[in-house]
Amino acid sequence: MKYVDEFREPEKAEALCREIAKLCHRLEKPIKIMEVCGGHTHSIFKYGIEEILPPAIELIHGPGCPVCVMPKGRLDDAIAISQNHNVIFATFGDAMRVPGSKTTLLQARAQGADIRMVYSPLDSLQIARDNPDKEVVFFALGFETTAPSTAFTILQAAAEEIHNFSMFSNHVLVIPALKALLDNPDLQLDGFVGPGHVSMVIGTDPYEFISQQYNKPIVVSGFEPLDILQSIWMLLQQLVENRCEVENQYNRIVQKSGNTVALQAINKVFAVRDSFDWRGLGDIPYSGLKIQSEYAQFDAELKFTIPNLKVADHKACKCGEILKGVLKPWECKVFGTACTPETPIGTCMVSSEGACAAYYKYGRLSNIAKKTIAQKPKVAITQEPLPACGFSSD
Amino acid sequence: MNIPPPNSIQNPLFQKIEQARRRQGKIQDTHITLAHGSGGKAMRDLIDDIFVSNFDNPILSQLEDQASFNLASLMQQGDRLAFTTDSYVVDPLFFPGSDIGELAVNGTVNDLAVSGAKPLYLTCSVILEEGLPVETLRRVAASMKAAAEKAGVKIVTGDTKVVHRGAADKLFINTAGIGIIPQGVSISARNIQPGDTIIINGEIGNHGTAILIARGELALETNIESDCQPLHSLVETILHVCPQVHAMRDATRGGLATVLNEFALSSNVGIRLFEESIPVREEVNGVCEILGLDPLYLANEGKLVVVMPGKYAETVLSAMKLHPAGKDACIIGEVITSPPGIVLLKTVFGAERIVDMLVGDQLPRIC
Repeated sequence: MKYVDEFREPEKAEALCREIAKLCHRLEKPIKIMEVCGGHTHSIFKYGIEEILPPAIELIHGPGCPVCVMPKGRLDDAIAISQNHNVIFATFGDAMRVPGSKTTLLQARAQGADIRMVYSPLDSLQIARDNPDKEVVFFALGFETTAPSTAFTILQAAAEEIHNFSMFSNHVLVIPALKALLDNPDLQLDGFVGPGHVSMVIGTDPYEFISQQYNKPIVVSGFEPLDILQSIWMLLQQLVENRCEVENQYNRIVQKSGNTVALQAINKVFAVRDSFDWRGLGDIPYSGLKIQSEYAQFDAELKFTIPNLKVADHKACKCGEILKGVLKPWECKVFGTACTPETPIGTCMVSSEGACAAYYKYGRLSNIAKKTIAQKPKVAITQEPLPACGFSSD
Repeated sequence: MNIPPPNSIQNPLFQKIEQARRRQGKIQDTHITLAHGSGGKAMRDLIDDIFVSNFDNPILSQLEDQASFNLASLMQQGDRLAFTTDSYVVDPLFFPGSDIGELAVNGTVNDLAVSGAKPLYLTCSVILEEGLPVETLRRVAASMKAAAEKAGVKIVTGDTKVVHRGAADKLFINTAGIGIIPQGVSISARNIQPGDTIIINGEIGNHGTAILIARGELALETNIESDCQPLHSLVETILHVCPQVHAMRDATRGGLATVLNEFALSSNVGIRLFEESIPVREEVNGVCEILGLDPLYLANEGKLVVVMPGKYAETVLSAMKLHPAGKDACIIGEVITSPPGIVLLKTVFGAERIVDMLVGDQLPRIC
């Protein structure tokens, strides 16, 4: 495929790995690099990138999967909206299996809710046009990557004066999450592979604080295997040269100041929430987007009564520590036993972009897993009974 | 009331009536109604007009409640019966390269063929939604007829049900099939051994992608067609050069990954796939990239996975390549001792990763 196969050539990957190995010899200690974006996590496992890197590099799989950071309470709210009589609830496919406190959207659909899978928010607007006697609600989630398309959809709905359409906004922002991670005393990272799709919207400027205030290098990266390897090589160069900068490997897509049109749409339609609850990470100030009062008629949170309860994660689930890179998935006691892709306790096990699902599906026999499992005993977990069905009962 | 004397049947008028009464039924309606499932005259007309006329063969024409076969003739062809059933609920009914009718015949033919059996007889049960255009059913039946002729099987008995509008999605078909397994052929997922080689007869994921695109929800245009085809003749070719084949399966729903996981678990062996050897069309890869899907899990309807002792691999491969259904065949993997029950993929970068069973459907990613 044009513009894809060029970034998957084994010979080039081998050459990059040789250069990475050379740089590793100049490191004073093993290093930990976090890829923030779930898309990178997916690629790393799909192509086995972790396996071909020198042992001095440890990859930490960060919180950049929109599904993984969705708290149970918000899922419960989504399910409550979907159960309203006369509602058609539209959502992206991978949100269907995310567990709320009692059930999932997939199970709610089986129990009678009219929940439809769409590929774009504009598809949900079409459903609203086709069903004027129904209330259509789109489950808007994702980082800055997906926020522009939902913003444009609301603008379109306003322009056409479609009154039976609203959105349940759960958009989150990557910069406050990164800041929260960097402020965490547990975190011991040497650098970041920055998100490609998000940066396509926000640009690279917003990451300057990472290098300037926290002295960590960051390289914004594309999603193909060669993109990721090149980004790791660029990070290593910074580290051995004792530099600390924001660099852009994905410059074929990402501009320094981002996409002005997309940012304007986000700013027009959304306002930053005072705080938003992230699964595993807790409340992070100014990290979520709500719909501006000007577009209140499209805000499902105002249109419907929702439980709006905060539901704690199951104590056995170590998603929080895993998202922060403090623990590896197999260091969680329920990984692969009570918590599997069929019966996920934590959301890290739901999406293939989640660290736990990625390790379970692709890498549970990897050399990295074997090595670390041999080194470390499993983390002691509080003696709470495990949920029989895999879903948390708390 | 005057009862006509017995000899009145000789009356030309009554003769005409009797002739008309016994004439092969012809469906008059343009759409299926509940009457077509009632068991009365309308149903008989439907069966005559759509099914009997298309599937025309001496066993079906008897119109008994069952089909009966001569055992002696069956026993001359082998020493075991293979018996299978499958239901077809595809949406849309017609899609690039094939349709539900062809699928319903080839799917069952292939389920028989992968046991090494020669497929002989099929059943055809249909569940029709009230309101289905009769023309649609006519097209599907014609397609089944053509597929049955191509596969050399006879559709010998069936059933028709009509359900209220909304109780089914247009048209469901169930086909069951009987075939004869020749003496000496022993093919099973439990026979696989370390040292075996795995071959597939061509590109994966074409059917799954064609269906995704045909649903029209993606606003994508491609020229990908379903790979729906009968595999019995290819199987015959393979067994001719290598009766020692250990396992065969058609990689339908769940795709190549699911078949190989079933193999690995049944025989408690490891399987190593070579990513660069697995044939995937560029367009299929493109659709998978856009939607975040993996072609290893996409459905096929004409793909055969064959496992045989490594020493016969080249012979089987050469024979397959000479057959139209196997011209793109290639070796895609090997059977190993460890890790037992697990399928590994050697990536183009030399790393290995697990290819696990699919959980639920593949769901498109958010970004």
